[in-house]
Amino acid sequence: MSQAPQPSSAMQPVLRVIGLPHLGIGPKIAALVLALIVAATILAPWLAPHDPLTMDPLVRLKGPMEGHPLGTDNYGRDILSRVLIGGRLSLVIGIAAAVVSVILGLVIGMIAGFFHTADAIIMRMMDALMAIPAILLAIALVALNGPSVGSVIAAITIPEIPRVVRLVRAVVLGAREEPYVEAAIALGSSTFKILTRHLLPNTLAPLIVQGTYILASAILTEAILSFLGAGVSTETPTWGNIMAEGRQFFRIKPDLILYPGVMLSLCILSINLLGDAARDMLDPRLKKRAG
Amino acid sequence: MLGYILRRILAVIPVMLLVAVFVFLLLRLTPGDPAAIIAGDMATPAQLERIREAMGLNQPLHVQFFTWVGQLLRGDLGTSLISSTPVAGMIADRMGPTLAIALLTILMSVALAIPMGVIAAWKHRSGADYAVMTFSVLGFSVPVFVIGYVFILLFSLKLGWFPVQGYTPISEGLVAFLKNAFLPALTLTTIYVALIARMTRANMLEVLGEDYIRTARAKGAPEHRVLFRHALRNAAVPILTVIGTGFALLIGGVVVTETVFNIPGIGRLTVDAILARDYPVIQAMILLTSFLYVLVNLIIDLSYTFFDPRIRY
Repeated sequence: MSQAPQPSSAMQPVLRVIGLPHLGIGPKIAALVLALIVAATILAPWLAPHDPLTMDPLVRLKGPMEGHPLGTDNYGRDILSRVLIGGRLSLVIGIAAAVVSVILGLVIGMIAGFFHTADAIIMRMMDALMAIPAILLAIALVALNGPSVGSVIAAITIPEIPRVVRLVRAVVLGAREEPYVEAAIALGSSTFKILTRHLLPNTLAPLIVQGTYILASAILTEAILSFLGAGVSTETPTWGNIMAEGRQFFRIKPDLILYPGVMLSLCILSINLLGDAARDMLDPRLKKRAG
Repeated sequence: MLGYILRRILAVIPVMLLVAVFVFLLLRLTPGDPAAIIAGDMATPAQLERIREAMGLNQPLHVQFFTWVGQLLRGDLGTSLISSTPVAGMIADRMGPTLAIALLTILMSVALAIPMGVIAAWKHRSGADYAVMTFSVLGFSVPVFVIGYVFILLFSLKLGWFPVQGYTPISEGLVAFLKNAFLPALTLTTIYVALIARMTRANMLEVLGEDYIRTARAKGAPEHRVLFRHALRNAAVPILTVIGTGFALLIGGVVVTETVFNIPGIGRLTVDAILARDYPVIQAMILLTSFLYVLVNLIIDLSYTFFDPRIRY
């Protein structure tokens, strides 16, 4: 009876990640870079030297100069200010899409994993959804629903859901055969309690890893959508649509694509590195191999 | 075996049918009048009526669906709302560049990624391993269009090795084709290599720890034979699987890359169609790419027995 109850031991790896004690140098730098980018975008209204929308016809497509550290775009708007402010919406959309797809995928995946009757139907639908190329589905969704922030988030979320569903279902299928779940069923626990108390904690560790990757992929998809002209309206700068506007001036002023591109890449890179670090910590199999 | 192949081929039907339902409902379940969505805000009532008529939107949903599927099965992909030409012909005209670049990408990716992954696993925790892993995480993280523009900037504008954008078909000479196609293929290769090299490394690491590898080494088999004959063949199945699932990534990448490099392929066709709300083209393209994805993964599934004779159906 001295053994810790199952849910809390399943929580342990999660706590270890949140504690971040044994991070290597790579993930530490990644965490720092990500923290800097997030801080810069949160503080953007105070950090930005100009209003990102103010046009100045006298300084169109200029290089770095006084008052414009990174130069100006084709309307004479300050590139630094636009890149800083643009990061806000990019990150907000990415985070929202990741959170929504993890929550929806978790619910659907638990249903599929626990109820055999629902499983076949749900998984065939997920197979079909996975067969549709994510980018095409997303641009079609935005084109049809209009370029609002909400429809962009929905368009990024829907193609991501099957990945979460598959993961959660696999975990639930494995865990429901465990003696403690059988015991709970035998003791007459309600289905809801079995799902939330006994099965849900098992999904948390893999979901944290998968959620990190989905966050990276969602930020990337937002940029691709904007870049192809199927993102949020160009009146609001995002990293993607700053680059989309820079396309036609690429030969004379590649900075319009490079600066937001570097911010975007650094952001996604650090999220991916943190995801890898989380995975290495949470997967005991990998750890054994490394040791 | 034959029974398995048949069952696997038959399993494609429900998946494709569901894809068709999704694609069909995509427009119909969108809030508002589909005809108005297609025509845009400036449409006159007469134009709306013409679109409704052309797409059969006046009929009940299930009638519309089965009429459409019936047409699809007869190879009729519909007629473009913008150019009024058959969609099948439009796709056929634009297929060449996309297929050529996709094939070039797959060839280059496999040729680069497998050796990279094998070396990284073989020299685990060496400089080469870290280099491969760094490249692979970069390939995942840098958006494909940023890579494309950096390549144009570097290889075309600064070094002048390649033309900046555009496309020349193979029929006008292999060299002329490669001059235009190499950079877009290289751009796509960076993301695909990242995926395959990572998977190859992970599976080779696992296999290299097995007893039979130690046995092979102990009996004096040369190292290249141990790596490629004993280890790689056993790691082949998951590597093949990721090449298949990565195919979706490739399709998405093609769409973006064709825009960056101004290539008149089906990716560009799709983006233009979506932005112009040319719904028959959008439907056809989503169906076609999904079908390709399912087909590629079917072929890969069936090829498992070739690489791993233990798999018997």
